[in-house]
Amino acid sequence: MIKATIDGKDIEVNEGTTILEAARTLGISIPTLCHHPKLTPIGGCRLCIVEIKGLPRPVTSCTTPVTYGMEITTSSPLISDLRKSMLDLILSDHPLDCPACIRGGDCKLQDIAFMYGEKENRFPGERRVYTRVDVNPFISRDMEKCILCGRCVKVCSEVQGVGAIDIAYKGFESKICPPYEKPLDCEFCGQCVSVCPTGALAGKMWIRKDKSRDEKRVDTVCPYCGTGCHITLHIQDNKVIRVTSKEDTWNEGWLCVKGRFGYKFINSPDRLKKPLIKRDGQFQEVSWEEAYDYVAKKLNDIKAEYGAEAIGGLSSARCTNEENYAFQKMIRAAVGTNNVDHCARL
Amino acid sequence: MTNSIEEIEGMEVIFIIGSNTKETHPVIANRMIKAYRNGAKIIVADPRNVPMTRFADTVLHLKPGTDIALINGIAHVIIKEGLENKSFIEEKTEGFEEWKKLLEEYTPEYVEKITGVSKEDIIKAARLYSSSQKAGLFYTMGITQHTCGTNNVAAVANLVTLTGNIGRESTGVNPLRGQNNVQGASDAACLPNVLPGYQKLDNPDVIAKFEKAWGVSLSTKAGLTATQMIPAALDGKIKALYIMGENPVITDPNTHHTVDSLKKLAFLVVQDIFLTETAKLADVVLPSTCFAEKEGTFSNTARKVQRVRKAVEPPGEARNDLSIIMEMSRRLGYVMDYKSPEDVLIEFGQVWPNLAGITYKRIEKAGLHWPCPDKDHPGTPYLYKAGFPVGKIRFSGITYTPPAEVTDNEYPFILTTGRNLYQYHSGTMSRRVPAIEAHAGEPYVEICAEDGRKLQINNGDILAVTSRRGTIRLKARITSKVTEGTVFIPMHYSEAAANVITNDALDPKTKIPEYKVCAVKIEK
Repeated sequence: MIKATIDGKDIEVNEGTTILEAARTLGISIPTLCHHPKLTPIGGCRLCIVEIKGLPRPVTSCTTPVTYGMEITTSSPLISDLRKSMLDLILSDHPLDCPACIRGGDCKLQDIAFMYGEKENRFPGERRVYTRVDVNPFISRDMEKCILCGRCVKVCSEVQGVGAIDIAYKGFESKICPPYEKPLDCEFCGQCVSVCPTGALAGKMWIRKDKSRDEKRVDTVCPYCGTGCHITLHIQDNKVIRVTSKEDTWNEGWLCVKGRFGYKFINSPDRLKKPLIKRDGQFQEVSWEEAYDYVAKKLNDIKAEYGAEAIGGLSSARCTNEENYAFQKMIRAAVGTNNVDHCARL
Repeated sequence: MTNSIEEIEGMEVIFIIGSNTKETHPVIANRMIKAYRNGAKIIVADPRNVPMTRFADTVLHLKPGTDIALINGIAHVIIKEGLENKSFIEEKTEGFEEWKKLLEEYTPEYVEKITGVSKEDIIKAARLYSSSQKAGLFYTMGITQHTCGTNNVAAVANLVTLTGNIGRESTGVNPLRGQNNVQGASDAACLPNVLPGYQKLDNPDVIAKFEKAWGVSLSTKAGLTATQMIPAALDGKIKALYIMGENPVITDPNTHHTVDSLKKLAFLVVQDIFLTETAKLADVVLPSTCFAEKEGTFSNTARKVQRVRKAVEPPGEARNDLSIIMEMSRRLGYVMDYKSPEDVLIEFGQVWPNLAGITYKRIEKAGLHWPCPDKDHPGTPYLYKAGFPVGKIRFSGITYTPPAEVTDNEYPFILTTGRNLYQYHSGTMSRRVPAIEAHAGEPYVEICAEDGRKLQINNGDILAVTSRRGTIRLKARITSKVTEGTVFIPMHYSEAAANVITNDALDPKTKIPEYKVCAVKIEK
């Protein structure tokens, strides 16, 4: 264990613990934009700078491990000034269209600007101008809002193992893009969208949605493959308008293209809304009572004439445990046969 | 899975055989990549260049349907080099000596001839898999969807047993299940040969227990599997089918045969959220609810029981499946009176102790892995810590057998089928997502550049792919993902349904169809 002090408080941490991690265990908040707990730190945004006694200039706390006897100061007039300057530089090249931004109210940059009371910018001048080029149906990139924190690059490479994007060019020309600035062509897992601290990346299908105060959020499990990722459904007017996953779930907030962007079937206009009975080759809408009666009579008649073994039931790997248990019980206890299966083999 | 998904990141060696993990279980692949970044070595055995090969230390491109030869070959090398887990074999297994004799013929040279995998790679994989203290083996339908599927699984089990790579944290054998609740549907005994919790029909104590619990006398005669019910419908033995949330017209082999069979039924009820290809053939269609419209639980591939919650109201008059089942059961003469879905789970736990400790309250935030026998039990992330329920594991004498259909002059290509990243199974859900349809809405056949040149096929050409059962027409996709002589078609697209041409030959034991191998010809 390594002993040190942060803002005068004693702390003992494991070797390799960064100053940022150590400070957070003490409940000391240090602003960051590029740091993400599941990604390797790069010290890119410079907002997490702290002072260390004996060192001539501040260091980034996300990349500096605590060493023995370190005396760390996380806030001082100097640190505050430097952070404000960094923030000014970032905001000088960031559109301030917050009221119309998809992330307005849920933006890390906005939060930090609020914290430092940013109103006017000291650095007027040239701004980056980009035209939107995305042809894919999943992810929208608003590169003018990109602060080059590099989280998307990291998550794509480290978590997803794809490396579809990287930082190209230098200095003011720097931008995050696919090789040769081609259109985005990747697995469209949307991990990059989930870690983007600003409105630079968004799901195309939730643009101009998801800002209502009466939005409801419900935690549940993804309906696609057997992995069983935890998802959160965002609901507005009885419609699922967005899917996210929380960082503290077992799947660490990561999802795939189906889990994150494949929810529109829920509110599809094709959904069946009334029971149907086929008469003369045509489906007719009927009441539940009529449908129940019809099915029960048919099945009871067939059972009486040919025996229970002439009836079979196919249950669903899409349904819940409770429904599957009840379904096989119906086939076994009510119909009286073991002809019950589901698509495990298919 | 004998391990939990979380344990993957602690594995030192990951052996993936017959699983396109990155596309079919993407978030499990994320965990594997995390292990890879921690230094884990990955072996991928697959006929295709699946995306996980990018992270592989060793890639074994075997010919479809030759898994047993490959696995036996790896076992042969392990024994020859003395890398087997001798104490594990001594203490926990039986039948080793006999099995060892059977393996003698599976020399790397012989296996190379059958599988097309170089003997060097076979030796490399054997050394890698047997040399680790924490090795996880993963497989999916690439192992099971063969006429020798049961034997493939037994061969995998032999290899795991030989190395003792089971029963420890981050060490085990992990079949990845393809659907959100296929584990739960199996646990609940939507299976014709067992009662809930895999309790055998031929055990009088089991029957007595369920008859008492349910207050009804039960049939002890094993029923038919899904893949047997369809032909039985054509033979007239099955007169009525009640299908809840399944789409056999797309998912069953030999589509023409499936449609003919369903049409022959005297009565077909389909309970679903959409008018699927199967529902169109029904006499009655009952509108039900999707996952976002109901309360309940799903069990994931790692036996983790997790909470599903209602987020929106169902459309129109659609009703939740549990209430439909209860009403229908009452009218068929058996009353079920559950006040809530949790009542069902509680009853399930009363008849199967592995779930006895799970309540909705306990899984409010995070799920629990079964077995979870009582209310204080923390769940069981990995199985067999305390040994095996059968006592000693027996090595089974498995020998290689060729697939039911092999290539010949008329049908010179091997067709293998599966899923792609974007679509899901029969497409009932994913094909109704406009973004997914815009990106991956068209059927295609993957063919390698070499074969493309030979047949003078360009990317995007419309091809006719024909087997002994039918023809489908779809676009060519020239890709390095498949190897020479093999083509791949995703199963999702009803307009060019792969299952029109797949072989309905079944594994004799489990009745699983051979989706991974059939012989086809390709014409422009």
